Amino acid sequence: MPETNLPVLKAKDYASDQDVRWCPGCGDYAILNAAQRVAQALQLKRENTVFVSGIGCSSRFPYYMNTYGFHSIHGRAPGFVTGIKVANPDLDVWMVTGDGDGFSIGGNHMMHILRRNVDVNLLLFNNRIYGLTKGQYSPTSEQGKKTKSTPFGSLDFPVDPCQVALAAGASFVARSTDKDRGLVPVMQAGAEHKGSAFVEIYQNCNIFNDNAFAELTGKDTREDNVVYLEHGKPLIFGKDRDKGIRLLGLRPEVVTLGDPGSGGVAEDDLIVHDQTNKPLAMMLATLHAVFDADGNNVSGFPEPLGVLYAEERDCYETLVQQQVDAAIKKRGAGDLDALYNAGDTYTIGA
Amino acid sequence: MTDSPANSQSSTLAPEPLRSVVVRFAGDSGDGMQLAGTQLTDTSAIFGNDVATFPDFPAEIRAPAGTVAGVSGFQVHFAADDIFHPGDKVDALIAMNPAALKAHLADVDPGGIVIVNDDEFSKTNLKKAGYPTPEGSKEPTNPLDDPELSSRFRLYRVPITKLNQAVLKDSGLDPRSVNRCRNMWTLGLVFWLFDRPLDTTEEHLTETFAVRKKLPAVAEANIKALRAGWAFGETAEIISERYHVEKADIAPGLYRKVTGNEALAMGLITAGQLAGKDVVYATYPITPASDILHNLAPMKHFGVKTVQAEDEIAAVCMAIGASFAGQLGVTGTSGPGLALKAEAVGLAVMTELPLVVVNVQRGGPSTGLPTKTEQSDLLQAMYGRNGDAPVVVLAPRSPADCFDTAIDAARIAMTRMVPVILLTDGYLANGSEPWLVPKAADFKKIEVNHPDSPGSASGAATAANGDTGDHAEFLPYQRNENHTRPWMVPGTPDGMHRLGGLEKQNITGNVSYDPDNHQLMTDLRHAKVEKIAEDKTLVPDLEVLQGDASGDLLVLGWGGTYGSITTAVQRARAKGHSVSQAHLRHLSPMPANTGDVLRKFKQVLIPELNTGQLRLLIRGKYLVDAVGINKVQGKPFMVEELESMIESLVGSAASA
Repeated sequence: MPETNLPVLKAKDYASDQDVRWCPGCGDYAILNAAQRVAQALQLKRENTVFVSGIGCSSRFPYYMNTYGFHSIHGRAPGFVTGIKVANPDLDVWMVTGDGDGFSIGGNHMMHILRRNVDVNLLLFNNRIYGLTKGQYSPTSEQGKKTKSTPFGSLDFPVDPCQVALAAGASFVARSTDKDRGLVPVMQAGAEHKGSAFVEIYQNCNIFNDNAFAELTGKDTREDNVVYLEHGKPLIFGKDRDKGIRLLGLRPEVVTLGDPGSGGVAEDDLIVHDQTNKPLAMMLATLHAVFDADGNNVSGFPEPLGVLYAEERDCYETLVQQQVDAAIKKRGAGDLDALYNAGDTYTIGA
Repeated sequence: MTDSPANSQSSTLAPEPLRSVVVRFAGDSGDGMQLAGTQLTDTSAIFGNDVATFPDFPAEIRAPAGTVAGVSGFQVHFAADDIFHPGDKVDALIAMNPAALKAHLADVDPGGIVIVNDDEFSKTNLKKAGYPTPEGSKEPTNPLDDPELSSRFRLYRVPITKLNQAVLKDSGLDPRSVNRCRNMWTLGLVFWLFDRPLDTTEEHLTETFAVRKKLPAVAEANIKALRAGWAFGETAEIISERYHVEKADIAPGLYRKVTGNEALAMGLITAGQLAGKDVVYATYPITPASDILHNLAPMKHFGVKTVQAEDEIAAVCMAIGASFAGQLGVTGTSGPGLALKAEAVGLAVMTELPLVVVNVQRGGPSTGLPTKTEQSDLLQAMYGRNGDAPVVVLAPRSPADCFDTAIDAARIAMTRMVPVILLTDGYLANGSEPWLVPKAADFKKIEVNHPDSPGSASGAATAANGDTGDHAEFLPYQRNENHTRPWMVPGTPDGMHRLGGLEKQNITGNVSYDPDNHQLMTDLRHAKVEKIAEDKTLVPDLEVLQGDASGDLLVLGWGGTYGSITTAVQRARAKGHSVSQAHLRHLSPMPANTGDVLRKFKQVLIPELNTGQLRLLIRGKYLVDAVGINKVQGKPFMVEELESMIESLVGSAASA
């Protein structure tokens, strides 16, 4: 059928008929909306698309997409994704997980799906709290977090998802927030990437961890606290776009742009983002805006949003299929009688 | 190559005929005992005997040499009659060092042959094996000097190490390589003792070392050692006895020897081909199941995709994902792995997807006895999940039966949309027997239906649900007359649907917390499994395999105990007892006639290598007051254990 005859799908055509049951005001709505917009932008074939999730608030996601979906068990979505892709590499598979699902109970699988580079669009909803079990701290919660399970403050040091993803060998690592203008483009870049596309999305849980990312998403504060990464562009940020990041030796530092004669730094001296440069990506992954109780950024750094890293690398399921194809080419398609008769056979006479 | 001695010259000592012989080779893990045993098996099978084998490995890969922990054994039973098990008592033990003697002597039949490598009974080796040093002495006791040993057994002390070295002194091999030929020297002696030809082994050595590994000198040395062992038996006149086991009356045809794990792998490949599916085998290495992976991994030209997952849980999830995507998802493991997979198997129950889980049982609980056999995962397979989560459970009864059972498991899983757990065990997995090579054309196709549109799925279900059919929306839980839901595969236009672990409304598949619906779905999941037993092509009736359909005693077994039970019942019947035998291959659902078969007997005896798991099921399900004989020693039943239990029961029945 020629492409022109295909119906053009609208974003709402990707919504299922099920009522969405997240809490009113939850950041998940915006992410669902963004996913449907990306699907529309790419005109994804609904019948070839599979959304797979684990357990948690975010993992209800597949029920709300008018595609194939699999709401699996806690932490194990990467296993299902891998099985689906190995069985049918042509499917377009998305994985939805959260900070608990993906980095606590499912931390092991996260590492392995990324290193295998299974072709999946992996959305990590990071709200730094356990929502579905009603408000315990999560592995990404800041140390000292007071919750029902940690009335005196949490003791464990948080895990950093983008750092882990890079260390595990993810071929695409990006970050955005539920309210950010960059969410759709970043998600779309991930969807277009062939391989494991890891997209961390800071997501507000307005019930159990409200305003966790307020400084990164608030209209008045965002531009000063976020640096948008663009491939080939210098790291400039700030409401007045007057700040940048440069390297002093191996140490990044925030500088004010301006005439060097009057104490400013020239744009040419800033770090130019190169999303193919893994050491740079790993450094950027360690930069975070950190806020005190009054909303002051005590680290001094902006939070990098956008694509930290992207590389082309063979996908696991492609390699699996190549081995199958090569074996068939070399030996011919399997013949059961030849299989049975292989090895030491012997005849017992009548 | 010159003719081997067995072909060119006949022995001067005429062999005595025997109906069956059990030989066990025992030595260090590195002594090549598995190879020697395999060669005796192959030679006997090709000669025309019935054969059964049982390897016995230590759990450690290379435990310290010379210690009891490091002893590796291989038992071969070859016979002129049909045999079903590797033998209770050893007729001839070959012990390559003191530790091997210590570990295995207890299993030798009183009066049996014990051949030892005398050279290895040094002070050091005796100490390593843990033979005590008597007070006032500096040297440990040498058990070979104990007159008790010579009076209880026909003990032959052969300086195997030195004799082998002497033969190979001009071979050009280093001393270590020379010593590695001792197993072949010993095998040559065993071949002489039991009147076996050498040609099968010589061909194997040539093929392995000269052709494949390009080591002609090693091939030549091994063959030389083999012949020297044979010649030693013939000329040294130390051993004044020889035996011959005639060909068995085996159905004519083409055979090959298979282990359970090999047969199981071939069964899975066959099932994939019969269904027109790729086999996606996702697994995590675990003893004694890893060989299934090793056998499947090279079979990519059959569309077999193997994935070595990061853990047991990922493995089962990958298999379920593969099934959701429309291929045959299989995972394999042993007991501890099945425990880890439990939650995911429950998801397969809930999503009603096909899944085959192979559990090669081993001694438990926990890490237990990794290399030893046991049947103690039956209840785990039946019930080891949260919630009411019925699955299908099958158990093959012999190594070759693993082939057919794997096909049956896949057939049930894919045609009834249900997870199937296949329970083999370490004994079946590593044991071997002759397998009548089948013809691919003789197998029935596995008819799998994937709807190509929403309407085609509901159309099939119309009659069962009183539905008018033809839906714009696909209804994932619209069931047919077998309560089976459609296997709609991603990629199918308009078939979009969402599965998951949350309870679903019947027919529509929407998330549902409705109490009545949960009751209905729980009942349907049970009914779906039970319904399979109504199809006798899937679950044949329970047959009485030996004996009358009613009588004093029925011995009911399942799984790998079949061989020992068969022989024990044969013997009891030969003595005139009213004993019959039946063997359950389908543990869930059980054959429809199971209760009727059991109730025709005054007593039911259930032998199991566990503490009574099938007995609990049978008593609960059929209210039959079955008794058990139970053993968990990491070893199969001995026929005589079963025989004496049978006699104690039919004796008491007669006197009651």
